[in-house]
Amino acid sequence: MSDAGEYRLQSRTPDGPLAQKWDNCKNELKLIAPNNKRKYDIIVVGTGLAGASAAASLAELGYNVKSFCFQDSPRRAHSIAAQGGINAAKNYPNDGDSVYRLFYDTIKGGDFRAREANVYRLAQVSSNIIDQCVAQGVPFAREYGGTLANRTFGGAQVSRTFYCRGQTGQQLLLGAYSSLMRQVSLGKVTMFPRREMLDLVTIDGVARGIITRNLVTGEFESHSAHAVLLCTGGYGNVFYLSTNAKGCNVTAAWRCHKRGAFFANPCFTQIHPTCIPVKGDYQSKLTLMSESLRNDGRVWVPKKQNDTRSPESIPDEDRDYYLERRYPAYGNMVPRDVASRAAKERCDAGYGLGETGKAVYLDFQRAIKEQGEDVIRSKYGNLFHMYEKITDENPYKVPMRIYPAVHYTMGGLWVDYHLESTVPGLYVLGEANFSDHGANRLGASALMQGLADGYFVVPYTVGHHLASRPLPAVTTAHPRFQEVKAEAEGRVKKLLSINGKRTVTSYHRALGEIMWNNCGMARTEASLKQAIQSIGELRREFWENVHVPGSGSDFNQQVEQAGRVADFLEFGELMCRDALEREESCGGHFREEHRTEDGEAKRDDERFAHVAAWEHAGNDVSAEVRHKEQLAFETIHMTTRSYK
Amino acid sequence: MISPGKNKLSLTLKVWRQASPKASGSFREYSLQDISPDMSFLEMLDILNEKLIADGQEPVAFDHDCREGICGSCGVMINGQAHGPDRETTTCQLHMRRFEDGDTIFIEPWRANAFPVVKDLVVDRTAFDRIIQAGGFVSMKAGQAPDGNSVPIPRQDQESALDAAVCIGCGACVAACSNASAMLFTSAKVSHLAQLPQGSPERHQRVLNMVAQMDKEKFGACTNIYECEAACPAGVKVTHIARMNREYLKATLCAQEESKEGGGGHG
Repeated sequence: MSDAGEYRLQSRTPDGPLAQKWDNCKNELKLIAPNNKRKYDIIVVGTGLAGASAAASLAELGYNVKSFCFQDSPRRAHSIAAQGGINAAKNYPNDGDSVYRLFYDTIKGGDFRAREANVYRLAQVSSNIIDQCVAQGVPFAREYGGTLANRTFGGAQVSRTFYCRGQTGQQLLLGAYSSLMRQVSLGKVTMFPRREMLDLVTIDGVARGIITRNLVTGEFESHSAHAVLLCTGGYGNVFYLSTNAKGCNVTAAWRCHKRGAFFANPCFTQIHPTCIPVKGDYQSKLTLMSESLRNDGRVWVPKKQNDTRSPESIPDEDRDYYLERRYPAYGNMVPRDVASRAAKERCDAGYGLGETGKAVYLDFQRAIKEQGEDVIRSKYGNLFHMYEKITDENPYKVPMRIYPAVHYTMGGLWVDYHLESTVPGLYVLGEANFSDHGANRLGASALMQGLADGYFVVPYTVGHHLASRPLPAVTTAHPRFQEVKAEAEGRVKKLLSINGKRTVTSYHRALGEIMWNNCGMARTEASLKQAIQSIGELRREFWENVHVPGSGSDFNQQVEQAGRVADFLEFGELMCRDALEREESCGGHFREEHRTEDGEAKRDDERFAHVAAWEHAGNDVSAEVRHKEQLAFETIHMTTRSYK
Repeated sequence: MISPGKNKLSLTLKVWRQASPKASGSFREYSLQDISPDMSFLEMLDILNEKLIADGQEPVAFDHDCREGICGSCGVMINGQAHGPDRETTTCQLHMRRFEDGDTIFIEPWRANAFPVVKDLVVDRTAFDRIIQAGGFVSMKAGQAPDGNSVPIPRQDQESALDAAVCIGCGACVAACSNASAMLFTSAKVSHLAQLPQGSPERHQRVLNMVAQMDKEKFGACTNIYECEAACPAGVKVTHIARMNREYLKATLCAQEESKEGGGGHG
């Protein structure tokens, strides 16, 4: 541990009582006068909830914004696929909710591995997000009297989740996208679709621009700015099979990491309990069935092993509703990590369904009987439709079969309270940062965080950076841009020149298999060491034997994919190293060696109540240095997380 | 359409190959064996591409991302139908169990002047973004919003607005229309915002500007054939076009009033 490294992990958590910290912070931030804002350029990479909301809000303030996405339109970012809902401490149902309770549930849900002050701020601004979205025209579900409706999500005993059927992410993203499009029409945002960020340019240690590749022409482009915001999502696709979109990748974050941004808690990944099980070796992605389904669906397996009866002919007394049995207080609404491990436990013990034995039932019969099919259709219609399309089974008639799958990544680039990384001027928002979800994210919190960061945090804090640091004029003619651009070009040329025998996808699949088997729902010292070795071998082979067809000077999806897989092949090793060093179980990180007698995660607060932040050193992942940010819990006491 | 335990398929594919926007394209024929009926259509194309790469050929370019029917990236003409034979289904959610052993499948990009081909099956749909830029928003800033419950919205209005707002912007409506009209896409946004109180202050300018932009992008006119509704994977109905037409008429009348008073309009 170098002291210099830990010195760079100053969280800038403001003084004062928890509830006043954000106000205190805002009161001390330096401001840029309205008529001076137009002198500053800000780059926003990614157009999901965090990126679109940040770009729109900064442009509203008067900054010149350049917005980048790899898709053909900013409206397609993967936030669009979020289904269930968004949390807010409105307490509209009058059921006892408060900012404090949302804060507490979130930090407990994260198994006490998140920063108190950040999470409290998230809960504080949650209400503003709902207001903001309603004003944009987001058609949230309503009661017959016209007021906003709520549903319940895992890890909470109140109803605080706002939703638009099973497509809340789509509606929130289209809201943010509409604000972004408005700013484009006003000339305050310049949009760069079909661009991939390939590197970060720092000058005098400050982030001053990016290198992108135009995915249509293959051209490399330099863009300068006074601040760079990274809103590039998570790294779940390191597992190849995940609920992420095919294009989701770690490249932008990993490139920033190599330019000095510390990577925090990469081993914290979320395995979502209710996904459609894997079917064949051709499978290209996994599909989530929203957690909201657990409001009305009951999870079970047969009590007898190898029970081959059809589900409807298995009577209630022969069914094991294992979540209700093990966790009577929360039942089917336990948090995701708990529900996933419980499913794995039953399947590993031989009670899983079908040929693979890797599936459990999610059953709506009781809800349909009590509420009627139409009510269930109005709540989840699009999800049931999607399920039937994929599996060819009608979930109104037979229970869904589900199994856990990789869904979200809590780890990400380290940021302070301002959302600034260890590279000054580089801000990281949404899933790409690490800050709010600790070791496990509660359902309906990702949308909340993305929009909180973009609408209500970064518009304040980025101004402080612009106002308080000397930022000499820089253009893309600066030699640093030429150097970094040449390096990015060199990497693409190298990939095209190898001309080996194996396809990019085959390497990605192989990496995914290593990660899932050794660094997935359960991890051991031996499995992690094995993974580190296997990834190293695979990476070496990749650079000697990958085959990337076509040229680098036109639209070539294989080039895009090759660059992303190359970065995953490095990043995956860091994930395993992080999981190896964290000798405790917490949230989604489950080390077999550290469990209670009844199989629950066993934390070690003495040794691991800290954020692990990795510093890039040398050229090899094995040279990465692990630093610690000790987590201070001033307001709450760390307890054993129980949902029983 | 369902046949459990259906055997693997052998298929002949006729795929549109076009190297660049200006190059001329043509159909190329490929044969595939051992296709599982449980595969999605895009997974079938993945298999084709892996095979092409192994044979030293360039893979087929096609847009795709979420593969769960919501991002709107994917979309090709399959045997002349936008997104293929299933109702309310995107290309990524179409599964091979819908096809028979020995079938020949024609696969083409969306065809419309406003959607130029980028490569193979990939088209440029940025015209849709420009239509939204023309007015598909509520002009408000972060921090200005009143409490979400301050304006009650009848549930049926909210549900009806959501029926329009579910548009995924894939472009199937344009591809399916013999006039390459973008009326269904444009009306979905107009109708969504017209049914909510939040969208009301700008409703006249919105519809006028969005329709003007639609025309400027060279999308065709609507002649009430309703192919768009049949092709729409999100189930957006043509009744939204009717609402947009009413909105347009009202706006045209009001715009004359407003211009007499010297008010109205937005920046």
